[in-house]
Amino acid sequence: MLKKSLLALALSVPMFAADKLDTGDTAWMMISTALVLLMTPAGLALFYGGMTRAKNALNTYAMVVGAFVIGFVMWIIAGYSLAFSTNSSATLQNIVGGFDNLFLNGINWNDLSGSYPLLVFIVFQGTFAAITVAIASGSVIERMKYSTWLVFVAIWVVAVYAPIAHMVWGGEGAYLFDAGALDFAGGTVVHMNGGLAGLVLAILVGKRQGLNKVAMKPMSIMLTSLGAAILWFGWFGFNAGSAFGANEIAGLAFLTTSFAPAVAAIVWLLLEYITYKRMTLLGAVSGVVAGLVAITPAAGFVDVMGAFIIGAVGSIVAFYGVVGLKKKLGYDDSLDAFGIHFLAGLWGALAVAFLAVKDNDLLWDGPLKENGDRVAQFLVQLESVVIVGAFTLIGTIIVYYIAAALTGGGRVDKDTETIGLDESVHGESAFEVK
Amino acid sequence: MKKIEAIIKPFKLDDVKEALTDVEISRITISEVKGHGRQQGHTELYRGNEYVVEYLPKVKIEIVVNDEFVEKAIDAIINGAKTGKIGDGKIFVMPVEEVIRIRTGERGNEAV
Repeated sequence: MLKKSLLALALSVPMFAADKLDTGDTAWMMISTALVLLMTPAGLALFYGGMTRAKNALNTYAMVVGAFVIGFVMWIIAGYSLAFSTNSSATLQNIVGGFDNLFLNGINWNDLSGSYPLLVFIVFQGTFAAITVAIASGSVIERMKYSTWLVFVAIWVVAVYAPIAHMVWGGEGAYLFDAGALDFAGGTVVHMNGGLAGLVLAILVGKRQGLNKVAMKPMSIMLTSLGAAILWFGWFGFNAGSAFGANEIAGLAFLTTSFAPAVAAIVWLLLEYITYKRMTLLGAVSGVVAGLVAITPAAGFVDVMGAFIIGAVGSIVAFYGVVGLKKKLGYDDSLDAFGIHFLAGLWGALAVAFLAVKDNDLLWDGPLKENGDRVAQFLVQLESVVIVGAFTLIGTIIVYYIAAALTGGGRVDKDTETIGLDESVHGESAFEVK
Repeated sequence: MKKIEAIIKPFKLDDVKEALTDVEISRITISEVKGHGRQQGHTELYRGNEYVVEYLPKVKIEIVVNDEFVEKAIDAIINGAKTGKIGDGKIFVMPVEEVIRIRTGERGNEAV
């Protein structure tokens, strides 16, 4: 069982298999892991917390921290096994791994994943799982019960995230992996997944009281901007770390992960100026995040022009999602997890088919690598977004209802919502201003 | 003895204080308040959502003066606070029954 898992791992790692530990790769993967960890309890928490009304800002931060710690623990307990081990049934292996590595059973401290410790790989992937579920919190700020959220996180990471990660990255026998879907660092697995889960929750939990009537002003755009900067910094670990080595591919990801978001920010500012005659800081950092999301599935596959296009169009798509679509359809995806993460991730995932460089040293197995067939690759990308989308949609609905049932309802009562969750739920306040 | 309350635009506070000092009125209490008269709020924009900010920040000045200083105080406040645009504010004058200085126990005009 262990040998099979290691084999699946070695095959799932898109680099030349090595049995020997490389200290450069190891150091880089360790730093990448730490960078991605920082993205959740610091980056995302500040990004979201700053956009929340003052009376709920601490609760938003707490939802993100809660998502990280519970998500990561569930990853170690069961998530890793279900995502990256091999299921004994070939049919099930298409969708999900097995229970071989429950609580990391069967894994030794000196096992390697390619050229660096397997334990580092496990932790690295765990930070991805945690941030994916944390993304969804932004859609349901200011009204979800904390207990329900924590239970939701615990189940969702295992029941929804792990299978999706398996299907795309899980190695031989995993359906989308075999089909040759290209998702360098998680455009589908993380961003489309988390963003859509957020939308589902937003609809199931319901809109905030007073939406569009009461002014719901962000507590601090500066904290949000600081959060965005930390996300950008950490994203180098997210994308370049997904090269799984200190190598040229990671170097390419450094270029794309810095260039696309910068372009996206400029585009967002221009769109704001055209639409509102005003450029805002929130717009600039929203553009940065949109660009980061859009380049995530493509970070190690495209060149500088590809990054430019992905960043620019990603920004346009996300801008429309936030400013147009949300108003039109009327859902309360409060912090635009769907608008930015899902839509920009979707764009990036599909664009990869046409913008990935035809260089077999960069590409993963698939129609583009084998036959140079971009249309066939596009169809595979399309298939992957549809399958991931459908799995998340259905899975999130089910998990939410279970979590709500276990905690007696997912939404806080009216008075709690009016007073604010910081005081009512946590008995804490974010700032004590004398 | 009269109490004069004035609601003014916050950025005009320094000008008003200077004008009052020029007419030898230097005892003053200020507070930061919110409100509006006939001035509409302004709009703020967050990711495409426009919020009408209804209550605008203002500064309230409170001074208590002997009767002979009332007109001087009013003129000083107007000179300091006026911009000519909507939202300049208002001045209210009301009678004061008694004034006591806590430190010395003085009452009446001497305590003002």
